[in-house]
Formats: sequence, structure tokens, C-alpha cells
Amino acid sequence: MADKMATREAYGKTLVELGGIYDNLIVMDADLSGSTKSGEFRKAYPERFFNMGIAEQDLYGAAAGLAISGKIVCASTFAMFAAGRAFEIIRNSIGYTGANVKICATHAGITVGEDGASHQTFEDIALMRTIPGMTIVNPSDGASAEILLKQVIAMDGPAYVRLGRAAVPFIYDADADLKLGKGNVIREGKDITVVATGIMVNEAVMAADILAAEGISTRIIDIHTIKPIDEELIIKAARETGAIVTAEEHSVIGGLGSAVAEVTARNCPVKMAMVGQNDTFGESGKPEELKKKYHMTAEDIVAAVRSLL
Amino acid sequence: MEISELKKVANDIRIDIIKSVHAAGSGHPGGSLSAAEIVTALYFEVMNIDPKNPEMKGRDKFILSKGHANPAQYAALAERGFFPKEELLTLRKLGSSLQGHPNMHYVPGIEMSTGSLGQGLSVAVGMALANRLDSDPGRIYTLHGDGEIQEGMIWEAAMAAVHYKLDNITAIIDWNGLQIDGRNEDVMSVAPIGEKFRGFGWNVIECDGNDIESVINALNEAKTVSGVPTVVIAKTTKGKGVSYMEDQAGWHGKAPDDEQYELAVNELGGEL
Repeated sequence: MADKMATREAYGKTLVELGGIYDNLIVMDADLSGSTKSGEFRKAYPERFFNMGIAEQDLYGAAAGLAISGKIVCASTFAMFAAGRAFEIIRNSIGYTGANVKICATHAGITVGEDGASHQTFEDIALMRTIPGMTIVNPSDGASAEILLKQVIAMDGPAYVRLGRAAVPFIYDADADLKLGKGNVIREGKDITVVATGIMVNEAVMAADILAAEGISTRIIDIHTIKPIDEELIIKAARETGAIVTAEEHSVIGGLGSAVAEVTARNCPVKMAMVGQNDTFGESGKPEELKKKYHMTAEDIVAAVRSLL
Repeated sequence: MEISELKKVANDIRIDIIKSVHAAGSGHPGGSLSAAEIVTALYFEVMNIDPKNPEMKGRDKFILSKGHANPAQYAALAERGFFPKEELLTLRKLGSSLQGHPNMHYVPGIEMSTGSLGQGLSVAVGMALANRLDSDPGRIYTLHGDGEIQEGMIWEAAMAAVHYKLDNITAIIDWNGLQIDGRNEDVMSVAPIGEKFRGFGWNVIECDGNDIESVINALNEAKTVSGVPTVVIAKTTKGKGVSYMEDQAGWHGKAPDDEQYELAVNELGGEL
């Protein structure tokens, strides 16, 4: 196995496997099937793949129609155009109806890289979180993307699956025991907790190593399911470690940081710091350069931890 | 059903619309009244449906894309026996299944929750694709307002329906010429509607949308067309059947007061 894989690659590969299990699985795209990797499914099951052209509103409206007719639908495009452009169609025709549509959105966040600000979405989790009944999943690596996608397909109802463009290191084994709706403690620790999601889980692991050298014991939790969020695990971490840093490749407004703060504010307020896109647009550049410039690296997590201790 | 009987059903639906909107104290009588013959033709003559088995396999499905006209759809469903007529008077009230815009989970016979304009045709595309995959003979019908086709999403779906050769879709445009802010041509011109759809590759049929026979003929003709979807452009009068509401944009979205209510019911020959 390669040591790196983009979550979108895992998505395409897993779709092909799921196509053989679920006769009623339909995959759709809006002219980005090569990039989102939904095209892998098209090659295997052309009769169950529909390209809707560059028309994201129609993509999600038609996905609703297929799902209400008994199909499981994975409808893909870039996160910017799924959660952003098609928001109100997702809200009314998918969310309000409870249609079994999985919005599998790729190219989320700053690691879109060179395409720049118009394509780098930091708002999608915030938008999707406000829709009642919407499950939100943000896998951290290729293995968890596969494991969680299978669980998302097995459940009934709408879900938003956030996938990335860039290849990222594996964190999990293929048989990792991950459960939708349950956070995963990657490392125990007693001084502080870093709650991370998506590609920031790997940054959190690197941050914990740096902090360990300074004698700081950092608990790391992967919140791969942002909604419904694992309140119990977050409350426990807040009580036991007394401070939380959140880390996400998303705006610090409305995403994981907000979701965790909503839990702690209601249950056991603790000091918090949020690592993420700080209410600004991105720009073109290499993913690693951008992560550094916009403060979404292990070093930024370390700095946030130091600010709280 | 005989044409004379269908005309009576359409008139009863108009009375139901006035009564339910009056009881609600709000709602959209104008675009509901203009569509009375259209929903009558669909639910009483054209569609293969069973009120005793609303989820019947192979049934035809109707999506009210102009969801605000649901007093007409609710009345048609009640008249057809999907639910008791008394419920019509609960329209828009707290706890009622008859929401201000249709909810598919609350009312038997409602196939899609709508209300936000422009989404019904895309949903129809999805349903039509599903029916084709499943060799399901059911047709998908949609009803749109003329103002509604100003939504860009309608034209995305119009492209897709032709691309995928969805001849199991019949879209109907309730062309009453008015929208909330006034006449189409003053707000945002939609004419020529037929040429627009023809340009997209649709089969276009025009009919008198307030003449039950004309509507039925158009909808039946649409069933015989293969290879392309059909749009029926139904020329109607907004507020049809109530003298003071006819062709008045002001009656798009308000309920009649008690005096206006009595006048309307009397004009339609109903009992107060």
C-alpha cells in the first residue's frame, strides 16, 4: 500500500466495490467525474451513472428524485458547488424530504491549492450543519474514507461526505474500528485535547509529538462525524483535560470548532482555541505552502496549545 | 368520466380552494384557481393512481412544482378520496397535515415536498430516470407557474430531460401571465415559452388550460410521444371563476375577507 492517498481516490475505489453490493446504488456528477473520482463507478456501472453537466442545482434536484424513487444516490462535485451553489436545493429537496442522497463533495478546503480562492471552500461544513437531519462526515485519510463511506451508504437519509484533493498520509488500517457518529481517540493524553477533523488529524498527531518532547501530554480525538457529533467523548475530554484545541481545514466560524464549543458551552465550559481558516479567503499556491500561510499546520496547533496552557 | 362531470369536479375544486384559503386566512387563491382544470384532468382522468393505495407500484406521479398552488392539489386529492374533505379547512393551521406548501410525508398522494420554486422539474428528471431503470411504466407530471420558469434551474432540468430522452415526463406550465409583482412582461418576460422549450428540444403542446377537454387532449397526446419530453403550455386565467380575482396579480397570495368569500362561493354556485 502506498503511504499516501487522497480521500477522493478512496471514494472512487469504494464506490466500485459498493456498486457490486447495492443494485440500487446510483452515482451522479456535474462534469467533474474525473476529478471527484465518481468516474470510476461510471467505468464499472455505466447504466447507473448519470452526468448532469455543469448544473449543480439540477444535479441535487435529480438526485432527490432518484432517491425518493428508492435509489441510494451518491452525487458528487466540488464542495464549493455542492454545499455552496446548491445549498437551497439540498436544504429543501434533500434535507426537508429526508431523501437518501449522499452529497460526496471533493476538493474541500485550502489543499485545493493552485486553483485558488474561488474553489477553496471553508463554509461547507457550516452550511450543512444547519440542515436538520444532515449527517456530516469528514474522513482524515484513505482508509477512514472507505470505512465511513460504507457506513454512510448503509444508513438511510441525507449525508454530506467531505473529501479532499491532495494525497494525505494513512492514519488508520483498513480494518480500523471506526463508527459513524462516534469520535475516535487516536492518542490518550491528560494535559489538553486536540479535537481534529479531516486532514488536520494528521497535523494533530505531529503536533502531539512536538508537545510530548516538551512534556505536554496531548489527547487527540478524530471527529470524523461532525454531525451528529460525539458529545459524550467531547465532554469527557473537556472534563479530564480542561482545555481543547480544535483543528479543521475549514473556517473557524461554523465548523468543527463551533460544533465542539456548542457542546462544551452547554455542558462544561473549558478554555478553547480554534485552528482553521481565520475568516479570510484563500489564494493560489501549493497545498503545503497554503497550509502554512493560513495557519493550518502542526506548528499552528502547537502554538494554540501553548496559548491555553 | 363525462366532460360535464369533470367540469363539475373542477368547479367543486374551485369552491374548496376558496373555502380552504378563507378558513386559513392566507394562501394563494389566484394560481390555484387557474389550475383547477389541470389538477382535475390529472387526478380524475389522465393519471393512473389509486386513492386506496397511494404508493401503488407503477403509478403516475404528480409534482406540484409551483407548490403555493397546493389548495388546488389538496382539493383534488380530497375530492378524489385520498383524505377526508373536512381536512381542507385545516389548511395552514398549526398541527395540520395541510402545510402552506406541500409536504410529501404528511399527505397521502403528495409525491414531493415543494414550495421553493424551480426544483420540481429536476426532481421529475430523477424520478423519470429511476422509472426507466426499473422498467416502471409510470409517467411523471409536473406543474409550473409561468413566473417559475424564470428560475435558471428549470432550464438545467430542461436540458437534462432532453439529453436523457425522458419521454416519460410531461411538464405543464400554468400560463396565466401574472406573478406576484405584476405581469410577466413587466417583471421578467417569459414569452415565447413554447419556442424556448422547442429550442431545448422538447415536444410542445399548447392548450386552453381552463377548458377541461382541451387539457385532457393535450395530456393524452403527450403520452404518445416518444424520445423527447413534452411540455403542455396551458393558457389560463389567474383567479379563474371568481369575477373579482380574474386576471388580478393582487390575488396571487391573499385570502378573501368574509364578504368576498360569500361573493366567490355564490358565483361558483357553492353552499356557504
